[in-house]
Amino acid sequence: MTIFVDIGSLDDIPAQGARVVRTAQGCVAVFRTADDRVFALEDRCPHKGGPLSEGIVHGTFVTCPLHNWVFDMNTGQAQGADEGRVRTFAAKVQGGRILIDATLLRRSAAA
Amino acid sequence: MKKKLVVIGAGMASGRMLEQLFDAAPDAWDVTLFNAEPRGNYNRLMLSPVLSGEKTYDQIVTHDDTWYATHCVDCRFGEPVVRIDRKNRLVYSNSGGAPYDALVIATGSAPFIIPVPGKDLPGVVTYRDLEDTQAMIDTAGKDAVVIGGGLLGLEAAAGMAARGARVTVIHLMGHLMERQLDPAAGYLLQRDLEKRGITVHCKGATKAILGTDRAEAVLLEDGTVYPADLVCMAVGIRPEVRLANDAHLEVERGIVVDDALRTSDPHVFALGECVEHRGQVFGLVAPLYDQAKVLAKTLLGEAAIFAPVQTATKLKVTGCDLFSAGDFADAPGREDIVFRDPGRGIYKRLVLEGDRIVGVVMYGDTADGAWFYGLMKDGTDISDMRDTLIFGPAFQGGAAPDPMAAVAALPPEAEICGCNGVSKGTILDAVAGGACTLDAVRACTKASASCGTCSGLVQQVMAVALGGEVQDTPVGMCKCTNHSHEDVRRLIRAMGLKSIPAVMQELGWKTVGGCHSCRPALNFYLLAEYPLEYRDDRQSRFVNERNHANIQKDGTYSVVPRMWGGVTTPAELRAIADAAEKYGVPMVKVTGGQRIDLLGVRKEDLPHMWADLNAAGMVSGAAYSKGLRTVKTCVGKEFCRVGTQDSTGLGIKLEKLMWGSWTPHKLKLGVSGCPRNCAEATCKDIGVVCVDSGYNIVIGGAAGMEVRETVPLALTPSEDEAIQIILAVTQLYRENARYLDRIWKWMGKVGLGWIKAQVVDDMENRRTLVERFEISQSVYRRDPWADLSTPSETPKWAPLADLTLEAAE
Repeated sequence: MTIFVDIGSLDDIPAQGARVVRTAQGCVAVFRTADDRVFALEDRCPHKGGPLSEGIVHGTFVTCPLHNWVFDMNTGQAQGADEGRVRTFAAKVQGGRILIDATLLRRSAAA
Repeated sequence: MKKKLVVIGAGMASGRMLEQLFDAAPDAWDVTLFNAEPRGNYNRLMLSPVLSGEKTYDQIVTHDDTWYATHCVDCRFGEPVVRIDRKNRLVYSNSGGAPYDALVIATGSAPFIIPVPGKDLPGVVTYRDLEDTQAMIDTAGKDAVVIGGGLLGLEAAAGMAARGARVTVIHLMGHLMERQLDPAAGYLLQRDLEKRGITVHCKGATKAILGTDRAEAVLLEDGTVYPADLVCMAVGIRPEVRLANDAHLEVERGIVVDDALRTSDPHVFALGECVEHRGQVFGLVAPLYDQAKVLAKTLLGEAAIFAPVQTATKLKVTGCDLFSAGDFADAPGREDIVFRDPGRGIYKRLVLEGDRIVGVVMYGDTADGAWFYGLMKDGTDISDMRDTLIFGPAFQGGAAPDPMAAVAALPPEAEICGCNGVSKGTILDAVAGGACTLDAVRACTKASASCGTCSGLVQQVMAVALGGEVQDTPVGMCKCTNHSHEDVRRLIRAMGLKSIPAVMQELGWKTVGGCHSCRPALNFYLLAEYPLEYRDDRQSRFVNERNHANIQKDGTYSVVPRMWGGVTTPAELRAIADAAEKYGVPMVKVTGGQRIDLLGVRKEDLPHMWADLNAAGMVSGAAYSKGLRTVKTCVGKEFCRVGTQDSTGLGIKLEKLMWGSWTPHKLKLGVSGCPRNCAEATCKDIGVVCVDSGYNIVIGGAAGMEVRETVPLALTPSEDEAIQIILAVTQLYRENARYLDRIWKWMGKVGLGWIKAQVVDDMENRRTLVERFEISQSVYRRDPWADLSTPSETPKWAPLADLTLEAAE
């Protein structure tokens, strides 16, 4: 079972926007969709390292601000002809608070 | 002897509970009923029809005097309970006490009052009871403001509007009822309310309620003021738990109860909006009635368990048909099925998780709501009917939604071809007269005969008339739509669409929230078309325009303050130097646009650096914008021995007039004081080359991936006229060019001759173009840095949380 940690209020993120959370495993982009779903993705495009948190959010997709790679926030998978994937982390909203996977508090085994 | 039951609160939940109790065991309990309101139980849900005049108070009474008398209820109405003595099992009002064997707390909820100055003025009400309702009924012919665009607020607004009040709804979020509706459905709802004369102001934060002896107006953070003889606060409710708190019962958000609705004291029970059950609080009536049933059994010593079920929401505003149920939050792995029928104003959306429906939003046609709700509640596997699910239970192989509906719905007088002023009706007449190819229509109406960008729309009008024979429709602006840029722009104008959700709904967008390609374009088209009404949507802007700085490859930013006409002062240079040192800027570089670039600034430092630069009198140079960038100048006749005019002065004048304006693509200007052209004005989007006899205005240059030399637009002896022509051509470009076309590209489509005719020859047209430019500038001639470096905005530039700190502990 996933253990979650509270990182802030849903109101802290604009709809169709994102905020960054610093973690032991690097920066994580936490997105909020137009219908108030949240997604947590590694804040680093596999193409040239662009900050996905600064991308335009459309539906459950985000477009990297540097070279327009598009990622499905559900899976982290690059769309269309581009190949690549960003790490995703469990995230949810509960009582107006945003919770993300608590394993982000720890350094990953590989690190 | 009968046991004594005391009930605090005569609302709908406790009323239902008493009914159940008396039905099952009429003689089990002696009941004493306290109520703060000076009356018994009435149907609070029906306050909206009372407000709108569709019902009277008498018609919504649930329990009248006779009912209470029949069941020997000791009614203490108008007598609020002030204290509970749990040790001696007594409750007290100001008129005395009452002993109990069992106590039921049903105090309901209290409206949330936002803590702004003026909240206590007479004329500020909530929407909770009959007194509030009466105050709102009395607003007929007056100004009323409702704060809160949720279910309750909108019912209040619609009710007052029906009574003849001038109503404004102020809503903090981007669209109405954001907890139940997504932006598209929220837009449709807003449109229907606006049709009834209700003004809707979204993204509006209330700053204060103004007035001396009573409420007179509402002031918003953005400076807007709405007159208000009455202000209704409907921003939300919270459980009324004060009595329970004072009695030291366990209280979280609400009074905590177990499955049998018992509080932490075995003799005290609670139900209704004041309770919290397994972390959940309740606002809709269905679960409250379930609680009533369970509590009646508990009081009779029978085992019963309260288990809440999902509930659906319907808005009780006559003529606004919406349905919302289930869950739109959380959990990856969800998919949407969206159906839009722009012609009929219908929007339906199903949220699927695997093979089950988990959420439903419907607007305009909610007939199938109960069916979807049933599938959702039962967890029915819908994989077999997935393809046709959205069409509802009655689906029998019906037709796919019609993307041409928007075109079909246009009135005959709607303008299709802007260049030649050809209306839809004229094209239809031509088709009726036998013209069935684009060339034939072009030949006899001139529609699409000039710039040709409306060809797609002309063909669609023909298709409507000919019955669906579309040939050579140009590709849509992106994968989200079949409409071209030009068509979308014309339809925004013709149909009066004023928001991104409105465009997506009315033009049948195929995706839920557009994409990175259409959203910035729509945002620009809307702000260019409706500068005063439309609010720039930051989330639809590319990173640089959203953050007002240029993102670099490592995620840092560059900051370029404006230097008017390329002229600066020692004080400005000192402030720039200070900022560079204070924020450890790794590179300071002079740009080609005659200003200074600070490269490598961290995002969280941006607002601080801006505040420092603002303090020295500098504003954003907009070096990142699809808008006015720089006006490059040479020193001109003030210093130069060959200068013919004051080119520096003209450059500064132009920049002061045009800064902050948004255009289809970047807009660079140059003013050279003589034909030696030191300001390189002939490769700018708009240039001025001064000569002895006046000012040569040239347009359509570029020095990027494409290198283009400008072409002459006009020669005028007057500096003032030069400025007017430049403002007019800029406005013409804003109003007509496709997003991301620079002037040279746009000019290639419409022709220099047409542009000249509009801004040089036609003086009246020039004047109105300048007027419209100035209207837009009254909003956008404003420094974004100042707006985004306030104490409330600054924290938003830093990370939301830093988990590395916690990990280190």
